[in-house]
Amino acid sequence: MSGFIAALLWVGLVVFVGFTARKIRQYWKTPAPLKIPTTPAPVTQTGVVFRMAREVVLFESLFKSNKWIWVFGWMFHLGLLLAFFRHLRYVVSPENFMWPVISNVIVQSFGQYAGFAMVAGLFGLLARRIVVERIRYISSPSDYLMLLMLIVIGVSGLVMSFVSHIDVVQLKMFVMGLFGFDFQNLPESGALLIHLLLVVVLLLIFPFSKLLHAPGVFFSPTRNQIDNPREKRHLAPWAAEKYNDHVDK
Amino acid sequence: MADFETPEIKEFIGIPALQEGSMAHSSPFIAKPDHQESLGFPGELVENWQQVALEKMDDLRTRYRSFQVFLDSCVKCGACTDKCHYFLGTADPKNMPVARQDLLRKVYRRYFTVAGKYFPKLVGAADLTEEVLDEWYSYFHQCSQCRRCSVFCPYGIDTAEISMAAREIMDAVGKGQKYCNEIIGKVHTIGNNLGLPGKALANVLEGLEEDVEDDTGVAVKFPLDVKGADILLVTPSADFFAEPHIDGLIGYAKVFHETGASWTLSTTASEAGNFGMFIGSYENMRRVSMRIRDAAKELGVKRIIFGECGHAWRIAYSFLNTLCGPFDFLDQNYPIPQHILEYTWGELEKGTLRINKEENDHMTLTFHDSCNVARGSRMGDYPGGQFDYPRNVIKAVCNNYVDMDPKTTKEATFCCGGGGGLLTDDLMEIRVKGVLPRATALKSVVENEGVTHMAAICAICKSQFTKTLPYYGFTMDQIVSVHQLVSEALVMKGSEQEAELDGTDGDDTEE
Repeated sequence: MSGFIAALLWVGLVVFVGFTARKIRQYWKTPAPLKIPTTPAPVTQTGVVFRMAREVVLFESLFKSNKWIWVFGWMFHLGLLLAFFRHLRYVVSPENFMWPVISNVIVQSFGQYAGFAMVAGLFGLLARRIVVERIRYISSPSDYLMLLMLIVIGVSGLVMSFVSHIDVVQLKMFVMGLFGFDFQNLPESGALLIHLLLVVVLLLIFPFSKLLHAPGVFFSPTRNQIDNPREKRHLAPWAAEKYNDHVDK
Repeated sequence: MADFETPEIKEFIGIPALQEGSMAHSSPFIAKPDHQESLGFPGELVENWQQVALEKMDDLRTRYRSFQVFLDSCVKCGACTDKCHYFLGTADPKNMPVARQDLLRKVYRRYFTVAGKYFPKLVGAADLTEEVLDEWYSYFHQCSQCRRCSVFCPYGIDTAEISMAAREIMDAVGKGQKYCNEIIGKVHTIGNNLGLPGKALANVLEGLEEDVEDDTGVAVKFPLDVKGADILLVTPSADFFAEPHIDGLIGYAKVFHETGASWTLSTTASEAGNFGMFIGSYENMRRVSMRIRDAAKELGVKRIIFGECGHAWRIAYSFLNTLCGPFDFLDQNYPIPQHILEYTWGELEKGTLRINKEENDHMTLTFHDSCNVARGSRMGDYPGGQFDYPRNVIKAVCNNYVDMDPKTTKEATFCCGGGGGLLTDDLMEIRVKGVLPRATALKSVVENEGVTHMAAICAICKSQFTKTLPYYGFTMDQIVSVHQLVSEALVMKGSEQEAELDGTDGDDTEE
């Protein structure tokens, strides 16, 4: 069983990294032929960096739009981030220079309790999807399933953290072994099995689903373009090739 | 004209309960074969239209990053669902921005993504059938490309980009919209959207010169095709004949006259509007824009200034340099292109214009931010200047000014309901319903703040409001051009108004 999970995790990781990288490459290579920042927009590159930072860290536009979605969405994402930091203790060895930070009690306990924020946020989002008629209308089965999957990942994690503890030393040996191709046994735990299997599913669907919003937001022309079309001529390669013959005239 | 009920105007802009299919019947007239062909599109629906549509979709997603990223990134969070004026006015769920996008996204998912190919039901992917194409035609012509949804989307997804792509795909398969494509044809052949030939234009301008002289005693010129003039004014052709647009044009001319500017209009570039954007066609948008570059070169002008027009200003400000720049033959000391409000506000700041605000005292004004100016362009050299310039000018020439509910102004402004190629009689129902949010905000300031008039800086807004606001009990003449207000208050040197004001008029001042 442990070998099977190890293999699945590897497949999941490879698919996730490979296909997400392919998507990012696609976004990168596809030109934005026209200046379309949603104005008012920053007029400098620094301004754009700040705008994007506010968007990614604070969900600025969502805040303007709908406070409930913002509260739940932000709780979930922040919880996820903190929980992610906590999980680094399984992949970083004590000799690593990052260890003092990762093993810090603040990072670890924030990460532990962040799981509650994460699950609460997800339940809030799910409730809105079911209760609000407009959001129910635009939802596909996959939209519900993704929330449920994340909820189960979160809850199974919380179970291991607060209810039925697992042998974390054994788990760390498994994870370190995973990366060193020295496969170790997983601790016996139903919650862990569910947790890991669903993480594999998450990794597998990420590059093929709406989860691409994570890299996508950085490439959104309405948010990442500088508002300077009068000052600087913006021309896409395909347009330069096909629609620029007046310049030589 | 189809029968429909005008929605009830309430105290606040409310979110309606969904009424599925309530606007499914709304569809504009389909372009005739010759209109299609003159723009380089097939005359009618081609036999293998599915294949052509999918090829076009594939082509667009490799050329437009926005299209590819927006198709992938939506998480169906619902933030945009109550932001579209057409949804608020019709309650049709397919007028929610995300649902509108999904009409196209479900096809993209079906043919271009792994999930949609193998699990279509799970992820809401669907085949491209004739019904889907009809739905596209209906609902992508219920989007005015106003970008309000893009302000509120956490990923900045702009439904305008999706609508433009959808219309480009429909043009490619031979199912174009009559209104837009006929008009673009007229611009290509005659030089303006109305098909107003040079001679008629000259007559109109001559008539205006007479009117202004009768009114003021000053010989204000409306020059046409004057070689060697400093400024080429490009303005929407509605400014030449429609009310209240024409009063705006008189305002530009008076400001130019008073500041001693050397300026001209052009017959071949007698149109600021560019419907090429509405149909998402880079090629047509460029062709329409090139007339302006060519006219500027031919007349040998040093500057280009645009009149009051929303979409035109977005294209001028954001795209003109891209489409037909660089403009190295123009005077680089001025913005290229410049908005007439930038010009007028500059002059007001310099103090070159004498203003008698009392001329506008019979009105209390409010201002409608045009969607494409607000969210797709700028004025001045700082973000948000597009909100300040028109207000500064209005306040400089009027004593009574009130803003509408901030949830309906500036970047959150509602579209007038007629933009993006919908300003046609065959779409009257969606236009009347789409103006509801703006009408509601206007009614509130009319009743609570004593507002009598609403100023606008877009030809489409002005036309749409004068036509649709009467459905809600307003009158046509409550809509004014910003430069109309300038025109009223401007005291030109040597004018009857100046004489009256200074009491040098002699005989009739002793009342």
